[in-house]
Amino acid sequence: MIDLLPPNLPYFASIALLLIGLYAMISKRNLIKKIMGLNIFSTSVLLFLIAMGYREGGAPPIEAEGVTHYVNPLPHALVLTGIVVALALTSFALILIINIYKEHKTLDSEKLKNL
Amino acid sequence: MNPVVIRTITRVLVPFIQLFGLYIIVHGPVSPGGGFQGGVVVGSSIILVALAYGLDDAEAMVNHRIRIIMDCVGSLVYAGIGLLGIAAGGLFLQYGIIPLPFPPARINNLMIFLIGSAIGVHIMALVLSLFLHTAKEAEVDD
Amino acid sequence: MRRINTILVLLVLSAIGFVMSLAVINMPEFGDINAPIHMHVAPRYMQMSYEETGVPNMVTAILADYRGYDTLGELTVIFAGGVAVLSVSGRKRK
Repeated sequence: MIDLLPPNLPYFASIALLLIGLYAMISKRNLIKKIMGLNIFSTSVLLFLIAMGYREGGAPPIEAEGVTHYVNPLPHALVLTGIVVALALTSFALILIINIYKEHKTLDSEKLKNL
Repeated sequence: MNPVVIRTITRVLVPFIQLFGLYIIVHGPVSPGGGFQGGVVVGSSIILVALAYGLDDAEAMVNHRIRIIMDCVGSLVYAGIGLLGIAAGGLFLQYGIIPLPFPPARINNLMIFLIGSAIGVHIMALVLSLFLHTAKEAEVDD
Repeated sequence: MRRINTILVLLVLSAIGFVMSLAVINMPEFGDINAPIHMHVAPRYMQMSYEETGVPNMVTAILADYRGYDTLGELTVIFAGGVAVLSVSGRKRK
């Protein structure tokens, strides 16, 4: 019965987060909810990168005595860079939304389309 | 909620949070952590002060000039260590050749520690800048 | 009109999810020791990083010694983000 589950199940979690983020970016009308969808989308890609670097029965990548079987340390370094870039992107988008609200007094994307 | 409870707990907790963040930055080469993670933890302690006491008190702790100076010093220290490699006769960012009286593995260890501290100072100043400027823009004026 | 829009969006999203599932099923097994990702440059980082750099933490050694140029570029990216936020805020209204 447990063989009916698809193989590589942890990768399906990151695909589910990707679809949720895309749905929030396309189909919500409030601008802040669209930026939240962008953040969820970038988190799902970073989760996929870390899930690819796992080796079965490996130790954390810190040098210890008597351990020779480690987890791959290269995706961890790439994801640290990705998190910092996502932080800068989200904060710049939020300050642009504040300036849009001060100018037009609304945050609805349907009303902002007809300017 | 009663502001007296939140202000008392904030006054007790903030030094311990900053000490923990400094511990994470300094133990970068030995245990999990490093510059990025420790810088965000130290920055979030001052955000806690801003939430409990108001934005003006938090701005008096780190004013505009100190934030800009810490931001620029972080990047300049990193590029300066890279240029020291060229001054010692090698390539850019090759810091095993700098003529200090240590064995070569200890020179690498010292330079990686200095780079981690510069990254921590840079990220702390930047997180505080982003939060304080965004919160001042969004103040409702009615 | 709104119902047709919702059904169209869900149809496109399920098509994207179906294509990605087909690609994920054919990847190497989760946690495989001999996957091609662990074969080229990662064994050298895992075995020789303590002798070449003297730092026990492998992730810090990769970020600051082997790939130090990428970390310098990332500091520049986040510095540019901070300058952009400072330049948009704090203007006075007429």
